[in-house]
This record gives sequence, structure tokens and C-alpha cells, in this order.
Amino acid sequence: MKREIWKGSEAIAEAAIRAGCRCFFGYPITPQNEIPEYMSLHMPQSGGVFVQAESELAAINMVYGAAASGVRAMTSSSSPGVSLKQEGISYMAACQLPAVVVNVMRGGPGLGSIQPAQGDYFQATRGGGNGDYRTVTLAPANIQEAVDLTQEAFDIADQYRNPVVLLADGLIGQMMEPIVWKERTPRQLPEKIWAASGRRGRDHTNFITSLLIDAPACEAHNLELAKKTAEMEKNECRWEEIMLDGAEVVIVAYGTPSRVAQTAAENLRKQGVKAGVFRPITLWPYPYARLKEIAALDTTRVFLDVEMSLGQMLDDVNLAVAERKPVRFYGRCGGSIPHVSEVEQAALEAWKEVK
Amino acid sequence: MKKEVILSGFGGQGVMSIGKNLVEAAVAEDLEASWVPSYGPEMRGGTANCTVIISDERIGAPLVERPSEIIAMNRAALAKFEGAVAAGGTVFVNSSIIPDKVSRTDVKAVYVPCDEIAAGLGNSKVANMVMLGAYIGATGALKQETIEAMIAEMFTGKKAKLVPLNLEALHKGMECGMPA
Repeated sequence: MKREIWKGSEAIAEAAIRAGCRCFFGYPITPQNEIPEYMSLHMPQSGGVFVQAESELAAINMVYGAAASGVRAMTSSSSPGVSLKQEGISYMAACQLPAVVVNVMRGGPGLGSIQPAQGDYFQATRGGGNGDYRTVTLAPANIQEAVDLTQEAFDIADQYRNPVVLLADGLIGQMMEPIVWKERTPRQLPEKIWAASGRRGRDHTNFITSLLIDAPACEAHNLELAKKTAEMEKNECRWEEIMLDGAEVVIVAYGTPSRVAQTAAENLRKQGVKAGVFRPITLWPYPYARLKEIAALDTTRVFLDVEMSLGQMLDDVNLAVAERKPVRFYGRCGGSIPHVSEVEQAALEAWKEVK
Repeated sequence: MKKEVILSGFGGQGVMSIGKNLVEAAVAEDLEASWVPSYGPEMRGGTANCTVIISDERIGAPLVERPSEIIAMNRAALAKFEGAVAAGGTVFVNSSIIPDKVSRTDVKAVYVPCDEIAAGLGNSKVANMVMLGAYIGATGALKQETIEAMIAEMFTGKKAKLVPLNLEALHKGMECGMPA
């Protein structure tokens, strides 16, 4: 298959179109403007709709409406813009509507900086909006994966009738790498019999709402949603293990820091320190079970969690490791990217501590 | 084989573009490659840079602390990145507009009068292609034929007439880069 060179943001946009996304609504924000820019040209050419909305709120609510009609819909933004979309995401989760939300993260909190960061981990993996719901959160570490996961995201959203978040850091959005457009086998998906797309002879009206004003009805609805949550947890967990064979220092990282960690681990191995990388690909559901197994191995001595935030995924690492082994942390934030030498040093210190 | 290059210059000098050319040529040779731009609250006329990695193995960190080579198209670029080059690495200097010499003694310096050569060819826009040639000539990181084929693919239709000019710029640059 021919390898093509794509920039992250544009590749995500093209992947969405290839996955059958036919409605894109967005509002500009750095560092993901290439997504709406690409969509503005190519979505109409693909027979779809592109709207530059008047705000992030408008964009997410347009996605809400499009998803309710049964169309594959997407929006993209960056950190502060995604904060604004949380209400809509919560409503879509409540209404069991599939959609894909792309967050190309930048420095926060607030308006922050425009450089790459990962400070939206909690927001993406803990629901973000109000109420009891979760969104499958996919975290690509290279452009090929960004493309593959974007396409997969639409299938996951449709299968569970739930919003899916593609959580990339700014570097993944901005960098270029070769990719191949793989032939993919779409999932067997249920027909969208719930869509509010016109009655067309149906004997009932499809009514979509998140308002269940009586507590028993609302509780029953929540319990239905919880069944889906359990299904997603069971079926959708993904991760990658890099050089973990006999690893004494296990670096846990996702997105760009996982690549920095990989190079650090390679350097450490050359110095005789057995290091490896555990890379969650889904941040929710989190690969707790596998990380727990790794924590139980005799060879595993210490964990080092590396993030472009100040210890958010660290909570999940601690939940999985559950004090079986020590967990150390190294993070940069606000738009700064950890250097290989810094991660190497942190891993070395952690290793010396337990040696 | 692994090359980690930082390319830097004024916006408009084509550093992002030859960075992308390196990636394209690497991909044509079935290598792994990555390109990361610097981006930020940039100022018009400010310095732009990108990091290119070419490798026969999966690429980890896409940014580098100690590049194997730097390409400095302007004075600010040389000042900013000279200190970062790995010992034994190479510093490419656009000597048409950078009066300074490389001060380090543990790196190789290649001086390329990119703008003068481009002006001599009748088109100042190919200064970056001269530098790309120098890089290929000095490092042998990628094959000359690959770059030539890429140039032929880059300019098609009405722009096809630019192919000989760019090839000439590439070859002149290669002469500067190759050890005497």
C-alpha cells in the first residue's frame, strides 16, 4: 500500500470523511484549525455539510441535532473550546446519541497557551459534563493511529450510541508522518431505528430528550446507560506494550510523551537499565487489568508515569498498581514537552531508588 | 541509520518546505520519517523552524535535544541552534546572509552561499533547494536519484519548466556539500 505524508489534523479530518462523517461543525482555535479548514473544502465535496458555527456551544449543539437525525457527525476543538462543549456532550450521552468529539489539547487551565499539553485527561475520562456517563477516549501517538482511531471512533459511537472523544495533544495535530489508508472492515452496527429523521410511515414518533423529571424514571435511565458503560469497559480497552520484556522500570505514558518515553527506554536499555513503556491507547476504559498484571510481575520494580500535565493519568496508574510497586511521576505542563533526557533521568532515579 | 535535523530560517526562506522534501524522499526510500513544525505566537519575519527525523526504525520522540545536523538559513538560526548539535554533527550555514563562522570545533561546518547560487541561476526562490542539495551531498542520507525524482513530481503542468532550474540548484548545492 502506498504511504502518503499527512499532517495530523488534516489526516483526522480526512479519516472522518472516509468513515462516513457527513456533518462537521466547528469553531476555530489553535492548534487544530487545519481540521475545520480541511473540512470546509472537502466535506461539501463529499456530499456533506460544513458549518463554521458562531461558537463552540453552537457547534456541539449542531452535532447534537445532526446526530439525532442519524447522521455521522463530528466537531473538533482544543482544550478551552472543548470545555465549552461539555454540556452538549452530557446531553448527547443522556440521549444516547453517537458523535465524535476531537480535542487537540493545548496548555491550560483557562485559555492557557497554544502549545501541546495533556491537561484535559480528567475532563475526557471522567465524563466532563454533568451526570453519570463516560465517553470512550482514544489517544493516538502517531498519525497512522490518529487516522485509524478516528475511523474506529465513529463505529464505537454508533455501536454504543454514545459520544466518543479522540484526545490528541497539539503535537499530534501539527506533525507530519507517512500513513497508509488501510482497507478497513466496519463493525456490524445496529440500524438507527431511534433517529428523529421523519416519521415515514412509522407507527410511533421517535422522541429524543434528556429530561426525565421523575426520579424513578431518571434512575432507570441511568441504570440503562450504566449497562452500556460496562459493555464499553469490557470491549473497548486498548494499549500497547513497548520493550516490556523483563522490564524493571515501566514508564506509563500516552500520546507524544509515550514516544519520548520510548526513546528514553531505548537509551536506558543501552546503559543496561531494563526499561519499557506501557502505552494506554484508550484512556477510558483504562487498561487497569493489564497494568495490574504487569505490577504483579517479579521483574517489575518501579513505575514512572510521564505526562504533559501534572499527574492526572497518575490516578489511574495508582488505581491499577494499587501499591504493589512504587509509582513515580514526571510531568511537564502548560505547553512544554518533556525532553528525552529528562524522562531518562527520572526513570534512572526511580530505578536507583528501588535497586 | 538515523538522522535528526533541525532546519531554521526566516519565514519564506523555505525551511519548512525542504524539511517536508526530506520526509518525502525518505518515504520514497521506504524509511520512517517525521516532521514537526515550531508553532506559537509567531511574528511576521520571525524565525521558523522544523525538526525532521529520518530513520530505518520506528521513530520515538519526534523532537530532539541534540540534532545530528542543523540547517541555518539565517543568523538567528545559527545563534539559536549551533550549541545544540551533537558532537561530530554537521552545521549547514547559508553563508550568503550569515557572516559568522561556526565557533565550535567538535562539529563539521558546511558553508553554502545559497542565495548567491540561486541568484546566479536566475531565481532567488531556489536558495532552499541549494541547501537541500548541500545536505544530501554532505550526509548521503538520501539518494540523489530520489530527490531528483521528487523534484520532477513536485513541478508538473505549467510548473514543469521549473524542474531543470531546481535540479540545477540541487546539483550546485551538492557540490558545496560534498567533501572536496
